[in-house]
Amino acid sequence: MKVKLKVWRQKNRTSAGEFKTYESPELNPNMSFLEMLDVLNEQLAVRGEEPVAFDHDCREGICGTCSLVIDGKPHGPHRGVATCQTYMRSFKDGDEVVIEPFRAAAFPLVKDLVVDRQAFDRIQQAGGYISVRTGSAPDANSIPVPKEDSDLAMDAAQCIGCGACVAACKNASAMLFVAAKVGHLGLLPQGQPERYKRVKAMVEQMDTEGFGACTVTGSCEAVCPKSISLDFIARLNRDYAVALLKGDPKKAASGGA
Amino acid sequence: MNLLLRLWRSSLGKKYVMALTGAALVVFLVGHLVGNLQVFGAPDLINQYAHFLKSKPLLLWGARLGLLATVGLHIAAAFTLLSLNRSARPVAYATGGAYAATSRSRYMAVSGSVILAFIVYHLLHFTALNPAVNGVGDFTKLTTDLHGETVPDVYAMMILGFNVWWVAAFYLIAQALLFMHLSHGLAAMFQSLGLRNHVWWPRVQLLARVVSVALFLGYASIPLGILAGIGSRYAADARARAHLAAAPSSAATVLAVGPASAGKEVVR
Repeated sequence: MKVKLKVWRQKNRTSAGEFKTYESPELNPNMSFLEMLDVLNEQLAVRGEEPVAFDHDCREGICGTCSLVIDGKPHGPHRGVATCQTYMRSFKDGDEVVIEPFRAAAFPLVKDLVVDRQAFDRIQQAGGYISVRTGSAPDANSIPVPKEDSDLAMDAAQCIGCGACVAACKNASAMLFVAAKVGHLGLLPQGQPERYKRVKAMVEQMDTEGFGACTVTGSCEAVCPKSISLDFIARLNRDYAVALLKGDPKKAASGGA
Repeated sequence: MNLLLRLWRSSLGKKYVMALTGAALVVFLVGHLVGNLQVFGAPDLINQYAHFLKSKPLLLWGARLGLLATVGLHIAAAFTLLSLNRSARPVAYATGGAYAATSRSRYMAVSGSVILAFIVYHLLHFTALNPAVNGVGDFTKLTTDLHGETVPDVYAMMILGFNVWWVAAFYLIAQALLFMHLSHGLAAMFQSLGLRNHVWWPRVQLLARVVSVALFLGYASIPLGILAGIGSRYAADARARAHLAAAPSSAATVLAVGPASAGKEVVR
């Protein structure tokens, strides 16, 4: 099979970008979408042209590095599947496929289809962790966790931080990402001590990075390769409201001694 | 104060403001509809109701200022969030974007803007009684006798007002957009306030659909009922008594030629 590719080419952040159209070489329908781009790049290299830059790493749907908006949908035509796990058999011979980078002010473009998603790292650093002493592994089941809570926490923990939610949202909002991180830790007993401090810090960092606000369109949930539910955004809204109402904790004069 | 500032500075906080003011406005819409549906009763019913409201100026102005503040906050939050959202996506997608989003959720700002324009018109029309916008004449001349007292004839004002086809059409358009706005906004307000889980979300969506449809049918029934001829004889008498000019097209002609040809008049 062959496809016609309309790919966004942009040398760097400051230069203007444009779409360029390429005819793919003969493809095996069982190639992944990224392998198809590899084959295209091989052909471009042979011709002495600049290969198309795109993000990829594990290619098995768990690292969150691959991106791309394919025909208007981040991560291509399927639900709950990342670009790297999208195969050419999902397209028809002769199809025109439009490939764009994730577009958001908070994800500045690096080159072609590569964007800088460090804003997510900074949100994580603001509070997406728990503070515990490391050491030997604790006994299993020493802290009881209800099955339902651990199931839900694991649903949220599936977030691979790829940024498709931001790419799909008409407001480039990072709410689903932040909600997944806050929900994941907030559902577990280990996350309770810093629960409200965390939600405030992460939301404030999210606002600082220049992401938009949530208008409940549901695009994020529809494109999430891990099918994370909008329910987590409601949970984030609830936790943030409680955190605001609680206010900042009082500093003990004696330093807590 | 710190709390309010923090609320306003955060994108989530502004969404709480949107949701809470939106909820208050929906409560008003229900009350306003119940009040206005009295037009389907005898003329004295709604005239008495209007007279009752006017006789409690403290309550009336309290409600008016409260509503104005609520609408103002709703719009201020919407406007700042809109500019935040615009700047968050400086380069648009060639392929559209907003995958799987419903059009009513995508065009909240558009439906909201038309509703705002309608509110301004509605206040000029039936509150300020500005004769330049109603297509009939000076509504203040319409008075009636209620238990020996001379009071404004709100019933005749409504009938005559909605017998002007373009006024009725604008009301119907605004009501349809309000329906669109609410069918998304009513459910989204629960989400923004965090009042949602997998059990309650389908119920919240059902509630949003039922309330928005009910409000639309209720509000639309008023201009449609009046165009269908409710109270036309009473209004004709009131018009004669107040020496108001005949409307550009009376209910009878609009009904006879139908709404489709009413549109053609504009073209001509």
